Amino acid sequence: MTEKELQIKSINYRKKILQYIVGAKAGHTGGSLSCTDILNVLYNHVLNVSPGNFTSPDRDRYIQSKGHCVEALFVVLADKGFFPEEDLNTLCQYKSHYIGHPTKKVKGVEQNTGALGHGLPIAVGTAIAAKMDHKGYRVFTLLGDGELPEGSNWEAALSAAHYKLDNLCAIVDKNSLQITAPTAEVMSTDPLDEKFKAFGWAVRVVDGHDIEALKAAFDSMPFEKGKPSVIIANTIKGRGISYMENNLKWHHGVPNKEEYAIAVTELDNALNAVQ
Amino acid sequence: MAEVVNTGLGYKANQDIFSETLQRLAETDRQIVAVTSDSRGSGKLVPFGKKFPEQIVEVGIAEQNLVGVAAGLASCGKKVFAVSPACFLTARALEQIKNDVAYSDNPVNVIGISAGVSYGALGSTHHSLHDYAVLRTINNIIVVAPADNFETEQAVELASKTNLPIYLRFGKKPMPPLKGVNDDLFAFGKGRVITEGDDVAIIATGETVYPALQAAEKLKAENVHATVVSMHTIKPLDTDLLAKLAGQCKAIVTVEEHSVYGGLGEACASYLLQHNYHKPFKIIGIPDEYTVTGSQQDIFTHYGITKDGIANVALELLK
Repeated sequence: MTEKELQIKSINYRKKILQYIVGAKAGHTGGSLSCTDILNVLYNHVLNVSPGNFTSPDRDRYIQSKGHCVEALFVVLADKGFFPEEDLNTLCQYKSHYIGHPTKKVKGVEQNTGALGHGLPIAVGTAIAAKMDHKGYRVFTLLGDGELPEGSNWEAALSAAHYKLDNLCAIVDKNSLQITAPTAEVMSTDPLDEKFKAFGWAVRVVDGHDIEALKAAFDSMPFEKGKPSVIIANTIKGRGISYMENNLKWHHGVPNKEEYAIAVTELDNALNAVQ
Repeated sequence: MAEVVNTGLGYKANQDIFSETLQRLAETDRQIVAVTSDSRGSGKLVPFGKKFPEQIVEVGIAEQNLVGVAAGLASCGKKVFAVSPACFLTARALEQIKNDVAYSDNPVNVIGISAGVSYGALGSTHHSLHDYAVLRTINNIIVVAPADNFETEQAVELASKTNLPIYLRFGKKPMPPLKGVNDDLFAFGKGRVITEGDDVAIIATGETVYPALQAAEKLKAENVHATVVSMHTIKPLDTDLLAKLAGQCKAIVTVEEHSVYGGLGEACASYLLQHNYHKPFKIIGIPDEYTVTGSQQDIFTHYGITKDGIANVALELLK
């Protein structure tokens, strides 16, 4: 897929994320918009995962540790044909399988997540299994920067390096905001690249909204043979909607009718600019 | 039945049988994987690790990662046994058991070793008197505490063939063999009847089944006839057997190496009350306190998890 095609996809994904959050009257808006480009590149450029091979033991695995940003994942999975997009009209509705966090009841979801600090340990186990079985699949997990103070991440980070899991890639969606305040104020994790390096990982820092930069980073995985790879993706929470960007209110804010109209207009304008 | 406490002489601990069984299974099943958190020594898995270095994963002292890694391995078809002292495994890694194993339906065998008050005088940090209670409230996990080597071997074999999340709890004390009424039938969720009698039902689990059986012997001398059940599976509870015993016996005593809150006893009481069985009933276990200092046997004796203690409770109920 060309860069332009991927850019168009990202804008359309953002439109749908907002559409279904508005429909559900709930969702993690800002974080879903910050990781949209990452998911776009993963599912449309990187992952060997499709509805057709989802039960294959050889498929790549994607585990979303920052499970609260499920709206981005569901929109991308629907686009990839894992389920009919109209299912998302039931998002968070009574008896729907489409809850506010990833669940294996939805085709395309590898693990039930939502509690933070769980994705990386599971990803490590999955990557160890690949090594045991001499299989070539790779394991990807998306972490939020706000979840990094969970100690389980660092337990897993140690073990990933110990077992030389160069088939594992963690992506940190570093949008630098969490529910209470800027991440640096709540609990600083900087310098994050140095921390991961000290834990034995190979690190790339990229602009998490630069499609080409993301593609280039993923294409060069493993960054070092014998080491797990981490992409620290600097992102903007609420990316793409002017009044949401870097605004704490939109962690799980739901736009009202007027705000939604403005957001759609901005995304349509962005679409016209790309096209 | 010897009328002395179990000295352990000449017997093997259930966790020894766990490791021996796992090693035997691994001979022919390359999918079996042990995951340890610096626990291969206490889990008796050193020989396993030497024999099957490709089938053991060490994570260091990191129980959360232990269970998360185990879940990832299980999701790829590995038959995973995640081994750690029960006290740490079911408290520190409870969220991983709840979410990564049970909720995500990754069929990990969560192996709690040195369970209950096995660590004795090491104190409350090392006791697991909460594990039945917390795990009972989690959907999609089977909770099992084998009483003897036979049940341990059966449970480990069955666990390796059962594609469901399972918690197995083992102590470190050598356990004498018990003889069940029908030992051909071992299944999770089916209590093992050790001896039969119509006066009182003593429903015990794990390492408390042995003193329960001794109590039954003592009661027999006083012409009181007890049924003793090894209720190795705390969840799902064998409610058919429980109903049968409630119908046939005059009183019911439960015994467990666990808090009297939330474990086997309260599980039985809940079933019985909600199904209109109103029999004299008593739960023997560890009261809501940090235990007295001492060995496992000291602690059992202090709280009446003994031949005399259990027999006396039964006699009180029958008065």
